[in-house]
Amino acid sequence: MELIKKSDADKCQITIHGDLTIYQAHELKEELLAELEQHQTLEINMSEVNEIDTAGIQVLMLTKLESSRTGKRLRLIAHSRYVLEVVELFNLTDFFDDPIIVSSN
Amino acid sequence: MEDMALAKISFRNECNELLQDMEASLLQLENDLDNEDAINAVFRAAHTIKGTAGIFGFDDIVEFTHVVESTLDQVRNGRLKITSNLIAVLLSSGDQMNDLIDIVTASDDESFICIDQKSQDLIAKLNVFLGKDPEILVSETKQQIEEIRVPEITDMPNADISTKDNWHISVRFDKEVLRHGMDPISFLRYLKKIGEMLSISTIHDSFPDSKTMDPECCYLGFEVTFHANPDIKKEDIEEVFEFVKDDCSLKIIPPNSHISKYIELIFDLPEEEMKLGEILVASEVITRKELNDALQAQRQEEVSGFIKPLGEILIEDGTTDKSVVKAAIKKQDVVRKKQAAEKHFIRVDATKLDNLINLVGELVIANAGSYLIAQKSNHEPLIEANLTTSRLVEEIRDNALNLRMVQIGETFNRFHRVVRDVSKDIGKDIKLSITGADTELDKTVVEKIADPLMHLVRNALDHGIEKPAERLEQRKSEFGTVSLNAYHESGSIVIEVIDDGRGLDKNKILEKAMSKGLLHNNHSLTEQEIFRLIFEPGFSTAAEVTNLSGRGVGMDVVKKNIEALRGIVDIESTLAEGSTIRIRLPLTLAIIDGFLVNVGNASYVIPLDMVVECVELTDEQIDSSQTHDYISLRGEVLPFIRLTDMFNVTHKAKIRESIVVVQYAGQKAGLVVDELLGEFQTVIKPLGDLFQQVRGISGATILGSGEVAVILDVPELVNQAVNIEAHHIHNLSIQKFNPLIVH
Repeated sequence: MELIKKSDADKCQITIHGDLTIYQAHELKEELLAELEQHQTLEINMSEVNEIDTAGIQVLMLTKLESSRTGKRLRLIAHSRYVLEVVELFNLTDFFDDPIIVSSN
Repeated sequence: MEDMALAKISFRNECNELLQDMEASLLQLENDLDNEDAINAVFRAAHTIKGTAGIFGFDDIVEFTHVVESTLDQVRNGRLKITSNLIAVLLSSGDQMNDLIDIVTASDDESFICIDQKSQDLIAKLNVFLGKDPEILVSETKQQIEEIRVPEITDMPNADISTKDNWHISVRFDKEVLRHGMDPISFLRYLKKIGEMLSISTIHDSFPDSKTMDPECCYLGFEVTFHANPDIKKEDIEEVFEFVKDDCSLKIIPPNSHISKYIELIFDLPEEEMKLGEILVASEVITRKELNDALQAQRQEEVSGFIKPLGEILIEDGTTDKSVVKAAIKKQDVVRKKQAAEKHFIRVDATKLDNLINLVGELVIANAGSYLIAQKSNHEPLIEANLTTSRLVEEIRDNALNLRMVQIGETFNRFHRVVRDVSKDIGKDIKLSITGADTELDKTVVEKIADPLMHLVRNALDHGIEKPAERLEQRKSEFGTVSLNAYHESGSIVIEVIDDGRGLDKNKILEKAMSKGLLHNNHSLTEQEIFRLIFEPGFSTAAEVTNLSGRGVGMDVVKKNIEALRGIVDIESTLAEGSTIRIRLPLTLAIIDGFLVNVGNASYVIPLDMVVECVELTDEQIDSSQTHDYISLRGEVLPFIRLTDMFNVTHKAKIRESIVVVQYAGQKAGLVVDELLGEFQTVIKPLGDLFQQVRGISGATILGSGEVAVILDVPELVNQAVNIEAHHIHNLSIQKFNPLIVH
């Protein structure tokens, strides 16, 4: 997993490359929560995510819950089809409340 | 909608039983107006039918039955007195319910018929008893229908199957599941392979705060509404979660479960009740109203510090009609019991049974053949082996024939209603008494005897029993009694229709017979013969023609029907005291135990049931019997027939003749034969048309040797012997020997 970040004062854009599985869960949690603490808006580009499992989706859910709790914003954008499949399987579309655009790949 | 069709069938069956109960109880009530058990039974029947029909959404039945039920409720509470008028209307209502159920269950589409004119008429009649305006009652009923329809609680396949035909799966994964290398995603994916996930909610309430949350732990649970593929059972769903069965808590609610199961689930699960409830509501498993009411009730109970079972809460909170819950539960019970009972019975195509019996017949013949050969061989072990086989074949035969035996009680019980209705119609007070209801006879015979029996009962009601005034004049009880009785007697079943009415008037019958030209002189007729005249076509003694009988058709048809079953009918009657009509039928129509005899060069079979004893003729008897056709058997006159004369064969020389004493319908006669060969299992083969007119034989059979033996028609032979004798005796006026007077 590799995170490519681009941030300004209140917004951080992250593009996640690679897998989001239990092996990356710890690292992902630390990174995302840290960024969320520093910025008002966190935008995660999911287009380069290959594999995602329950642990991965849990971290995203945790981040979403945390953002709601602290009055900040988390946006997931450009879901890759792997991500999309799990989000739909778990019926979490409403939970994340992100506009979903089916990416071409 | 296969399930719906099945459900309709079980609804139909259940209603049949209930309606029968209802009718029986109403008839019971009629005799005993204060019988509370009967009132309750009738009420229960109506109530259950209404409840069940409501669950199915058969509004017309509900609408109609509701009025019946309301009336019965009034009776039950003592606010309305039960009268025979009311019973009459209730009986018709039962018929109407039956018709409505017929119409509804027969229709394939699920549109429901309108309340028809007959229902309206009956409702109007019932309302007279209730003292209500029909309009009000109908609108009340409609309201009640709404109340019944709302809860939709039943285990039965529901009319509204699309939302209820789904499983509900509730799963909470343990924290360690991810570390154990398993991922909920794969289980859900697998689940998708055996059905369709109609809705899924991911439960994340157990997420700790973000700092303590361990990203390698699983905090998720799922609520899934699942439409399984056909043939998927609960075990199949459990199997999906097999690998995590120790690492998760899994709850599966089958389709069409009672609402309380879901409510229970809500309280069982760790999350907040309201939230889970919302999920269930969203997945259309339960309605919001049901949820709110149950939750509220639960809370109230908690406050008052005492917790009731949820089922009770559902009933008590008022949104759920108590009666409907009860009906549903009762229905489940009935269905379950029926399923249990059905396990003891197998429906078999009647033709399969016939084939079996035919085969057994062939087996019996083949066995007789091999036994014969064995005997000739003088080979002891072979004979013994054959004997064993014979015994087994005999058992198989009896068992096979037994398969067809049914009790006559059911046929008898139908007459309760007939007697009641007819006696009302013709203004007589008549009771029906039934004995011997457990007597068994062949199913085909039962079916064929129902019509003749109906005719005889109606005759007894109409002609037999006098009007009450007339009865009182005769110093008889005002109430007439018609009895049905059945019992076994020497290989036959005897069915009696007995009335304590006016009896048959011999003179009237003779008069009528003369006027109809059936008879030209009346000198030599015995009592029996006179009575039998009423079976002649075109004979009727009824002075008045009613809509029941007296049109001159009937008794001759009855006689023909009974004779077609190889039965006979006779009459016993005493003027002013009553009559007994007695039907005698053979027990089976296929295989009998026979008694084999030799006359001349041929073998004959006498049905063993009719053989009383065998007597050797003494020289003296032989001499004296040349002139007349009777002997003295232990001081009794025994008329006999020489089969050599009967069938015109030559008597074997040098063989001492024997007499086989046979009995039928209480009359004895002797058959003189050359040789007694012993018992023989006889498969009755019908004779061709060519032999139809030959008297004295009823069929043929095949012997082990392949020879054909004729089966003697004992009733006919006895009749002949007795008739010949009767004329002798009549002339001699030795009344005490007249075997015709049976009683």
